[in-house]
Amino acid sequence: MKIMDIVQISLYFGILGILTLLLGSYIFRVLGKDRQGALDSFSRMDNAILRLVVGGRGTYEMTWKEYAFSLLVFNGIGFFALVLLQLFQAGLPLNPQKLPDVPFWLAFNTAVSFMTNTNWQAYSGEAVMSYLTQMLGLCVQNFLSAATGMGVLLALARGLKRQSAKTVGNFWVDVTRTTLYVLLPLSIILAVLLVSQGVVQSLAPYATVKTVEGGSQVIPLGPAASQIAIKQLGTNGGGFFGVNSAHPFENPTPFSNFLEMLAILLIPAVSVYMFGLMVGSRRHGACLFAAMLAILLAGFIVAWWSETRVNPMIGSPCWMEGKEIRFGVMNSVLWGCVTTGASNGSVNAMHDSMSPLTGMIPMCNMMMGEIIFGGVGTGLYTMILYVILTVFLTGIMVGRTPEYLGKKIEAREMIWAIIGILLPSAVILVGSAMACLLPAARSSVANGGPHGLSEILYAFTSATENNGSAFTGLNANTVFYNLALSVAMLIGRFGVIIPVLAIAGLLVSKKAAPPSSGTFPTTGVAFVFVLIGVILIVGALTFVPPLFLGPVVEHGLMLRGITF
Amino acid sequence: MIILKSFRLFLILMLLTGIIYPLGIMTAAKMLFHDHSCGSMVTRNGMPVGSALLAQKFETERYFHPRPSACDFATIPSGAGNQGATSKALTQSVRERASKLLASHALPLTASIPADLLLASGSGLDPHISPEAMDFQLEMVARARNLNPEKRARLRKLARELIESPQFGIFGEPRVNVLLLNLALDDL
Repeated sequence: MKIMDIVQISLYFGILGILTLLLGSYIFRVLGKDRQGALDSFSRMDNAILRLVVGGRGTYEMTWKEYAFSLLVFNGIGFFALVLLQLFQAGLPLNPQKLPDVPFWLAFNTAVSFMTNTNWQAYSGEAVMSYLTQMLGLCVQNFLSAATGMGVLLALARGLKRQSAKTVGNFWVDVTRTTLYVLLPLSIILAVLLVSQGVVQSLAPYATVKTVEGGSQVIPLGPAASQIAIKQLGTNGGGFFGVNSAHPFENPTPFSNFLEMLAILLIPAVSVYMFGLMVGSRRHGACLFAAMLAILLAGFIVAWWSETRVNPMIGSPCWMEGKEIRFGVMNSVLWGCVTTGASNGSVNAMHDSMSPLTGMIPMCNMMMGEIIFGGVGTGLYTMILYVILTVFLTGIMVGRTPEYLGKKIEAREMIWAIIGILLPSAVILVGSAMACLLPAARSSVANGGPHGLSEILYAFTSATENNGSAFTGLNANTVFYNLALSVAMLIGRFGVIIPVLAIAGLLVSKKAAPPSSGTFPTTGVAFVFVLIGVILIVGALTFVPPLFLGPVVEHGLMLRGITF
Repeated sequence: MIILKSFRLFLILMLLTGIIYPLGIMTAAKMLFHDHSCGSMVTRNGMPVGSALLAQKFETERYFHPRPSACDFATIPSGAGNQGATSKALTQSVRERASKLLASHALPLTASIPADLLLASGSGLDPHISPEAMDFQLEMVARARNLNPEKRARLRKLARELIESPQFGIFGEPRVNVLLLNLALDDL
């Protein structure tokens, strides 16, 4: 542990906090204000688009079912467009490397992955995807999947705020505004900053050079900066190049690393502040923020501690395998925690090669349901499911009907909330168990012993929770993994979105009651502690057995010098 | 109706985020940071010899070597070893790298080797080594080039100068760019 490490960590969280405050009221003004024409000075552009594409009645209000249906249709169209682009890329323009069409199962998996904001990648971009596929296919889904997540959060917040209403907003309006006023402006700023650090942005074919010793080296290029900006801001995480943000063309300097790391948590953190403003309780927003930050920091401390212990392979406290010199150990571990806390999934170091306990922390972060700030929109709406569970449990303790922000939480809301929380956990456990039983699936594993189990567990966790990072040793480009992980991604995405929208629809029709003496306050220290407790018990305890069989056992074996 | 409207909205947003946005960034990038946007190429005598951001293979003892690359410095695609802490394969390659380094540097078996020369990078293309790894290789390079004491002193000074400190004094780790160091070495 060095002084400069502490300085960088403090700067990171300090600037994140300041940006949250600065951008919070802006994003509330452009997205969260609950009335037509709230944008005043901005409204012309999105109104023009909406009039053009959805007609004069484009901005009518939707019930939760209409909202969900529009969302599914919109995502479905994006999915098909992306599949087609990949399947026919060889014959399409902007393919200077003459890359062949993407095989069907890989194209299917990739399309699901980018539509669900997972950005799991069973391919290396520079060797498989044409410039056109990257720009027009993957980059577009980076925007739209993030905007979709934000839409669901906005609908949920309206469900909590509106009284005795029927509708939760308009999906097309939410997607358009999120894209136009949040994702695009921030991406433009970040992309230009990234190019200034050395991220490539070019449509020229790959260059071939004669190296100093006389060999030849191919220098890959592509429209990378524009895609990397939105990949971080939209908590997507899919690399333009195969090794993701460890690649010097994606993340060339320590400062680009800092900017990208900020971008990963920025919108999820700002959303918490916006949510507080939307539901009229800034303090509730602050409490949610505090709970998220506490879990993130706790995990980071464990991971950092483990990564600064003696590495038995070389006999000194240095874990540089799979890491880059310019970032060093601390920045690699912090990135690992941040990218899995948010459902981003880009990596600047290979998680597979981290010390066993360090590698466990990203898994834990994801297993809790991607709620440590989480993905754009998704993080907070999944967190609200935990909040509903928390007020329900405390309500039971005092024998009152639980309520959240004044709205009664009843059986139907609870059923949906439990589905949204438990369904992903079930998919992770069942999927991993299946892969362990199938010889074809086991043969994809790159590491022997308990680490092999970790690779499988990590894959299903990452896919289901829509993270997208990986223990990359696992060869996931097989029919089994392409298919099984696609199913996991779909359930993990829409198996939470539908319950959340249903809850929004149920709550929006209720009228908030003033708090009584039996109401469990959703602000204050007690709430934060109970919420963290519920998250740990429900989210983390579910996974204690496989985590012991994987990383914890591996840690013990490593200390005894056993290798596989 | 919903399908048609969604389709139209999708087309508009696709145009905006998939064509206008990346091309706009490209225009700005070419105007503001032309060299960076094209891969930060390094030239010698007018010929490109590589990118300042990507490691390239150096094998002879006349040059400083970059960190081990699990993909042998391949760029299409690049890759890492992804071996964990209990991997026999990784343990073996670390041992092999250590004995190779000790032999090529004519060092006793007990000598310590900077860890970044034993452990492979994340991208397989890490352009940097630690200052310790540079110091470690100085003697090998000087010997291979038959440098006289005066030139050795100049090499040592040059090497010191090429250490990049943390960016803005804050971010990241001190490091040395191997390609730039080797090019400067040839001009010594």
